[in-house]
Amino acid sequence: MKKKILYTVNWLVLSGSTLMVCTFLGIILWDIFSKGLPALSWDFVHKFPTNGMTKGGILPAIVGTILLTFITTLFAVPFGVACAVYLNEYARPSLLTNIIRASIRNLAGIPSIIYGLFGLALFVQAFHFGTSVLSAGLTLGLLSLPYIITTTEEALKRIPNSMREATLALGATQFETIKDVVLPKALPGILTGVILTLSRAAGETAPILFTGVAFYINGVTTSVNQEFMALPYHLYMLSTQHNAIEQVRPLAYATAVVLILLVFVLNIVAFVIRFKHRTQD
Amino acid sequence: MTTNKREIINTVFKYAFKGAGFITIALLGGIFFMLLYNSFSFFTKIHPLDFFTGSQWDPEARYSILPLIVSTAFVAIGSMVIAVPLGILTAAFLSELAPRRVQMILKPVIEMLAAIPSVAIGFLGIVLLGPGISKLFGIQNGLNALNGSILLAIMALPTIITISEDAINAVPKSHREASLALGANKWQTLFKVTLPAALPGLIAAVMLGLGRALGETMTVLMATGNASAIPKGFLDSVRTITATIAIEMGEVPYQTTHYFALFAIAAILFLITLVINLLGEYFANRLRRFHS
Repeated sequence: MKKKILYTVNWLVLSGSTLMVCTFLGIILWDIFSKGLPALSWDFVHKFPTNGMTKGGILPAIVGTILLTFITTLFAVPFGVACAVYLNEYARPSLLTNIIRASIRNLAGIPSIIYGLFGLALFVQAFHFGTSVLSAGLTLGLLSLPYIITTTEEALKRIPNSMREATLALGATQFETIKDVVLPKALPGILTGVILTLSRAAGETAPILFTGVAFYINGVTTSVNQEFMALPYHLYMLSTQHNAIEQVRPLAYATAVVLILLVFVLNIVAFVIRFKHRTQD
Repeated sequence: MTTNKREIINTVFKYAFKGAGFITIALLGGIFFMLLYNSFSFFTKIHPLDFFTGSQWDPEARYSILPLIVSTAFVAIGSMVIAVPLGILTAAFLSELAPRRVQMILKPVIEMLAAIPSVAIGFLGIVLLGPGISKLFGIQNGLNALNGSILLAIMALPTIITISEDAINAVPKSHREASLALGANKWQTLFKVTLPAALPGLIAAVMLGLGRALGETMTVLMATGNASAIPKGFLDSVRTITATIAIEMGEVPYQTTHYFALFAIAAILFLITLVINLLGEYFANRLRRFHS
C-alpha cells in the first residue's frame, strides 16, 4: 500500500514536470495569439506605420528582417559550409583540427551581445560600413557561423564513405567528389540546419542593437548601407520605449504574432525537408 | 577538361576549404583581442581595484562591476533553481516513462519552446508575468529578479531537457537490467542507478543551460527593471551585465572611458561564460569516456 502511494507520487512528479513545461509553451502561445490575432490584419502586414507608430502597419520591419536575414545567409552559408567540408572531408585529427573544433564550440557559447560589440568595433567602426543593414547582417552572420558549421558537418557525416570511395575509384578528384556527390547528397540535411539557424538569427535582437537597427525609418530599406527596422527590435521598442505604451500594446502583440509565425514557418519548412529526406532513404 | 587543370582546381579548393576552417580561429581570436584591447584601455584609466569593489555602477561617478555581477548571478542562479529540477525530471519522464506517442508530441513542444525569440519572452515578462508578480506579492513593480529568473528558466529548459535526455539515453541498458534483476523496482532503478550514471551528462546540461541564461540579453533587459544597485532579494529590480551593455552602448561616445568600460564588463562576461562552457564540455567528455 505504502509502495503504491510512493509509485503514484513518483509518477505524478515526473509527468507533472513535463506537463508544466508544456503549460509554459501553452501560456506563451495562448497569450500572444489570443491578444495579437485580433489586431492582425492584411493592412498591418503591408502598410507603413503612421501617427507616431500608433496606427498603420509594420511593412518596413518585415522588409528589414527579410533583408537582414538575406545578408546573413549570403555571408554565413558559404563560409560555414566550406568550413564544415574542410573539417569532415579534408582534415585529419591533428592539433590544428582540435583547435578549430574547440573554437567552434566556444563561439557557440559566446553571448550574442558580445557579437554585437564585435560587429560594432569591426564592421561599423573599423571597416566604416556605418550603422547599416550590411553591418548588422554580417554580425548576425558571424553569430550563425558555428551553428551552420555544426549542422552541416552532421549532414556530411551521414553520407556513407562507400559513396566517396566509389567516386574516387572512378577517377574523380577529391573536389569533384565533394562537389558532385557529397554536397548534393547532403543538401537536404545542410538546408535543414541553415533554415533553423536563420530562424534563430531572424529573432535575435542583441547583436543588431548597435550595428544598424532603427526604430523608425522613412520608407523601406532599399540599400545595404542604410539603417533598417526589424521585427524583434520593433517589438522591444513598442513594449518598452514608446511614449504611449498602453495605446500601442495591441500593435506590440500583433508584431509578436508576426515574428513568432515567421520563426515557426521557417521551423516547419526545415521539418518538412528533414521528414521528406528521411522517407527517401 | 585536361587532367592538369582538374588537378589545379582540386588543389585550389583544398586550400580554400582549409582557409574557411581558419576563419573560426580568427573570429574567436578577433573577439578575444577586441575585448582585451578595449579592456586594457579602460584599466589604464580606472584602477582594477575600483572596478571590482564598490557598490555602484554610475557612468558619471564610478565604474563598479560588483552590482552587475551580483545581479547577473541572481537571475542566473534563480533560473537554474527552477529549470534544473524541472528539466531533469522532464527528461527522465521522456526517456524512461513516456510511451512513444507521447514522446512524438513532446519533442516538437520542446523544439517550439526553443524557437520562440527571446524578445517575445521578454515581452510576456512585461505584459503577463510582471503584473502577476506585483499582484501576488503586493509590490508596485513586477519587473524584478524573480521575473527574469522565471523567464530565463523557460528559455534554458529546452537546452537542459534535450541534453539531459541524451545523457539518460546513453546509459547502457545493461545497467538498468542488472538493477532490475537484483530486485530493485523501476523507481529505485531510475533514481539510484540510471540518473547517477548519467550525472556527468546532466551536469553538462546544466552548465550549457546556465551559459545560455548568463548570456541572454533581451529577456532580462525587458523583464528585470534595470536598477543598478546591489539587489537584496529576488523582489528587487536588477541590472545584469548584458542589459547594461545593451542600454548604454547605444548612447556612449566612441572611445571614451565609458565606451571602454562597457567592453571591460563584456570581457568579464566572456570569461564567465567561457569557464561555464569549458566545465560543461569537461563533463560531457567524461560521460563519453565513461561509456566507451
